[in-house]
Amino acid sequence: MMPRFWPMFRKEFIQMRRDRLTFAMLIGIPVIQLLVFGYAIQTDVRNLPTVVLDQSRTPESRDLIAAFENTGNFRVVTHVDGRPALDAAIARGDAQAGIVVPYDYPRDLARGTTATVQVIVDAADPLSSQAALSAAAGVAQVRNLAILSRAAGRSIPLEARVRPRYNPGLRSPNYIVPGLVGVILTMTMVLITAMAIVRERERGTLEQLIVTPITKTELMLGKITPYVGVGLLQMTAVLILGRFVFDVPLTGNILLLYGVSLIFIIASLALGLFVSTLVRTQQQAMQASFGFMLPNILLSGFMFPRQAMPEIAQWLGLLVPLTYFLKVVRGILLKGVGLEALWREVLILAGFAVVLIAASVRRFRKTLD
Amino acid sequence: MQAAVETRDLTRRFGALTAVDALTLRIETGEVFGLLGPNGSGKTTTIRMLCGLLEPSAGSALVTGLDVTVAPEQVKQRIGYMAQKVGVYEDLTVAENLDFYAGIYGLRRGATRARLADVVAFLALGDRLGQLAGQLSGGWRQRLALACALIHQPALLFLDEPTAGVDPAARRRFWRTIHDLARAGTTVLVTTHYMDEAEQCTRLAMMSQGHLIALGTPAEVAAQVGGRGGTLEDAFVILQERDER
Repeated sequence: MMPRFWPMFRKEFIQMRRDRLTFAMLIGIPVIQLLVFGYAIQTDVRNLPTVVLDQSRTPESRDLIAAFENTGNFRVVTHVDGRPALDAAIARGDAQAGIVVPYDYPRDLARGTTATVQVIVDAADPLSSQAALSAAAGVAQVRNLAILSRAAGRSIPLEARVRPRYNPGLRSPNYIVPGLVGVILTMTMVLITAMAIVRERERGTLEQLIVTPITKTELMLGKITPYVGVGLLQMTAVLILGRFVFDVPLTGNILLLYGVSLIFIIASLALGLFVSTLVRTQQQAMQASFGFMLPNILLSGFMFPRQAMPEIAQWLGLLVPLTYFLKVVRGILLKGVGLEALWREVLILAGFAVVLIAASVRRFRKTLD
Repeated sequence: MQAAVETRDLTRRFGALTAVDALTLRIETGEVFGLLGPNGSGKTTTIRMLCGLLEPSAGSALVTGLDVTVAPEQVKQRIGYMAQKVGVYEDLTVAENLDFYAGIYGLRRGATRARLADVVAFLALGDRLGQLAGQLSGGWRQRLALACALIHQPALLFLDEPTAGVDPAARRRFWRTIHDLARAGTTVLVTTHYMDEAEQCTRLAMMSQGHLIALGTPAEVAAQVGGRGGTLEDAFVILQERDER
C-alpha cells in the first residue's frame, strides 16, 4: 500500500532538517509567541496607576483610599492638591484612574447621610476601565454593608459566595497558554505545508514530480507527515515553558491531549494543503495563511470570550477548527475532563481533517493547468 | 513495429491562443527525434501533452502504444522527462536526489542499488554523490537531472531544451550520452535551438505557430529549401519566415 509514500516522506524530512530558516521558524515562533502572549495578555487588570485628590485629609479618607489599594486594582502613584492637576494627570496618561474624596466625607459618614466619593476612570481602554469600575463598586458595597450591619446590630442578610473553579487565581496565563498551543499549531502548520507545495511548484520540481507515477495521495501524505512530528514538538515546548515559566497547571490526561492534538495537527496540515491548491506563489501562500490566522485568533475564543460576540460572529467561529481545539485543550489542561465531556469536539476536529484532505486531493491535479 | 509516439490532430488551446494546432506526427522506436522551432512555436506544449502534464484540447496521442489521456499513469512509468527548468532538488545531495526518484518510480530495494550504480557510472556522477545539487554547475546539474529521468529505464525519453545554458564541452558530452542511449534502444525526443544539435538527430520536425512546417532527416529538411548546398539553418529561417507571412 502506497509504496511511494516513504521516499516522499524521507525527502521532505531531509529538506525540512536542512532548511535552517524553516527549522528556526518552527522552533522560534512557538517560543517567541509564548513569551509575548504569555506576558502581554493580562485580561485581569491590576495595579491601575491612580491619582488621589484627598480634600478631607482625615483618618477616614486615608482608610478609604487604603481599601481601594487593597483590591489590587488600584496603585496610587501620586497625590494632587486640586481637580485641574488630577485631570491633567489622567489626560497625560500618568494615571488611568483618579479618586476624589471631598471635604465633607468624614462629616457625612458620621452624620449618616450619604457620603460621596468620586472615581474617575480613563475609559479609552474599556478592559482596564471595566476592572476599575467593578472594583470601585465593590469597595463601596463592602463598606456600605459593614456600616449598615453595624448600625442595625445584626449580620448582613445575604452574601453570594463565588468560588472560581479551575482557575481560582483568575490568572490570565492559565487561560492564554493552553489556547496558545492551538494558535501556534494553526499558524505554523498551515503556513509550512502551503509553502512546501508551492515552493516545489515555483522551483519546477513539482513538474518533475508529476511526470512520475506517484499518486496524489502518496504525494500529499508524504509531504505533510513529517510536519506532524514538528507540531507535536512545538506543542511539547509550549506546554513545558507554560508549566515552568507561567505556572500553568497540567491537570488532565496528557496522553489524551496529545491524541486530540494529533487530530488537530492533521486538520491544520490538511488546511495548508488546501491553501496550496488555491495559490500559485510562496508570497500568496504566506498571505493566505496569515489571512486565515486572523479570524482564527479573533473568532475562536482565544482572546475574547465567544459568549460576548454578536450571534453572527459566534456562528462564524464554529467554522474554524481552532474553536473546538481550544475547548478541548482548556478542558483537559484546566478542568481535567476527559473524552466523556469532549467527544463532540474531537469528532468535529476529525471531520475537519477528513474533509480537508479529501478536498485537497480532489482539487490537486497531476497536470500543469 | 510499434511507434514510440503517434499523434493525430493533437491540439492544445490556452484561451484564445492555439499553442499546438492539429499536430500529426509519428516517431519510430529507437529514433533520436529533434523538435525545432522558435520560442512559442508549441514545442514545450507538445512535449507536456505527450507526458500527460497537459490535457489535449482535441486530437489524440499514443505514447508507447498507450493513449495518454486514458492511461496517463502507465505512460508515466515508461517515459523519462527532463524539463527546461531542471527539476532536481537543490537542497538534496546528488545521491539523495537519485535515491528519491528511484523510490518514486517504485524500484525495489535490491534492484535500486544495482540500477543506481549503473546510472551513476553511465553519467560519471560517482565523484559528486555527496555534493548538494544546488552547488553543481549547469552541466553537472543537467547530468543529474538526466540520471533522475533515466533511473527507471524508460523506453522513451523527452528532453526539453536540455543543453540550454550549458557550456560547449558539456553539450558535446551530453550528446554523446544521448547517442549511447539510442544505441541501447531508448527512443529520444529532444527540442533544441542549436543547429549543430539538430544535425545529430535521425529525423527532425520543425514547428512554427503550433504546426509542422518541415519533417524529415536533417539532409531532407535542408534540401527542402534552396535545393543542394542549403544548410539546416537556412532552411529553418526561410521556412519560418514563409510561415509567418
